[in-house]
Amino acid sequence: MNDFLRQYGAQILELTIEHLWLTGAAMLFATLIAVPLGVWLTQKPAWAKPVIGVANVLQTIPSLAMFGFLLPLPWLGERAARVAIVALTAYALLPILRNTYAGIRGIDPSLLSVARALGLTNTQRFFKVELPLAASFILAGLRTATVTCVGIATIAAAVGAGGLGELIFRGVASIDNDLVLAGAIPAALLALACDGVLGLMERSFRVPGQGLPA
Amino acid sequence: MSTAIEFRKLGFAAGGGQRLLDDISFTVEEGTTTVVLGRSGSGKTTLLRTVNRMVEPTSGGVFLRGRNVRESDPIALRRGAGYVIQETGLFPHMTTLRNVGLVLEAKGMAKRERTLRSQDLLNAVGLEARTFGVRYPHQLSGGQRQRVGLARALAAEPNLLLMDEPFGALDPLTRAEMQDMLRQLMSRMRKTVLLVTHDLDEALYLGDRIVLLQAGKLVANLTPEEFLRSRNPEVEAYVRAFHRGEMSAAAERPA
Repeated sequence: MNDFLRQYGAQILELTIEHLWLTGAAMLFATLIAVPLGVWLTQKPAWAKPVIGVANVLQTIPSLAMFGFLLPLPWLGERAARVAIVALTAYALLPILRNTYAGIRGIDPSLLSVARALGLTNTQRFFKVELPLAASFILAGLRTATVTCVGIATIAAAVGAGGLGELIFRGVASIDNDLVLAGAIPAALLALACDGVLGLMERSFRVPGQGLPA
Repeated sequence: MSTAIEFRKLGFAAGGGQRLLDDISFTVEEGTTTVVLGRSGSGKTTLLRTVNRMVEPTSGGVFLRGRNVRESDPIALRRGAGYVIQETGLFPHMTTLRNVGLVLEAKGMAKRERTLRSQDLLNAVGLEARTFGVRYPHQLSGGQRQRVGLARALAAEPNLLLMDEPFGALDPLTRAEMQDMLRQLMSRMRKTVLLVTHDLDEALYLGDRIVLLQAGKLVANLTPEEFLRSRNPEVEAYVRAFHRGEMSAAAERPA
């Protein structure tokens, strides 16, 4: 065990950081796209079905196929990390988008009416009432998306984007179970850690006295 | 005494052309309480909401101290008129103290100042600020929530209070307590109050005047004493419906 860590420890650490960077960048982009888009859809509900539908379709594309589609594209295909981040972003869109939309649409309309009657401006109403009331929903979406992306990011190694998947693929190719586990265990722990941390955040934003977000 | 609110030939038609308010004219004097009474669907909430431009009339107008509300900025107008509705009005993610100070927060008042003011208001409505200020709405009883709602409406020191069935969700005893408190507060503060209810007892107890609406039309505008003596068939029907239980109990008592 000690020998193993001495041999692979530095590599595991490096690849974990790479893995986190791929996932983190994708989550950042996905959040920057999906949260404002979800908010916008609450203003234009007629668009909700088609837009969420598109995100849904993206979600159903098998991950290897998605990497395959993106590789031949100019600029994007030049660097594997770019392909990986775009693909992961696409997968993360749906849960964040859906939860942002549902979280805001689910707010008791009488509360929004009161906010208006008290003389809150639209911006104040959004930041003081709508966003805080939907926050735990949005974070729940972010949590699902993150955990999914940590998993899918292992496959990004297939196109040379790095991350913990690299150890797994190398282990499979050389029939070295230790090497497979050296990638698989940290990847699983990473997913659990992200789930735990985001779960705590989600709980801290939960509206007092109300149940769990669906 | 001067006129605080004037409704002038006010009409409101819904999208489908249905007239929810039809040619309503009456005035509310400064510092008095006018109760708008009527059954569900009579248009009383819609009438209330024309005052702070939550509803824009389709004909006629509402004048506050002689000025058409249409000429006022809706945000400023709403901040200047306290608004109380049934139970649901408190924001569940804010403490009691923040709920009370929300209008002040929206107006940009410094936190220290608005906290002090909110604490005073909580005390004024009979909730000890140190105990209740840090609680969330779900930790309060129905009556306590309604007190917080009233404190919030008073926060910006409005001259006018708009109250939409404020005590509708409370049990009769709590409701009576709240009505007493409101009467005391109002006699001290001399605010103009427009209160909507379907409860005749509440109207008689709180109102300086009672305006009866029926199917969007103004049927009567009377003092409580006049209301009880009125020979207007619609007023009589309302009074009779309300005292049914009392009369039936009296009739069955052995002679």
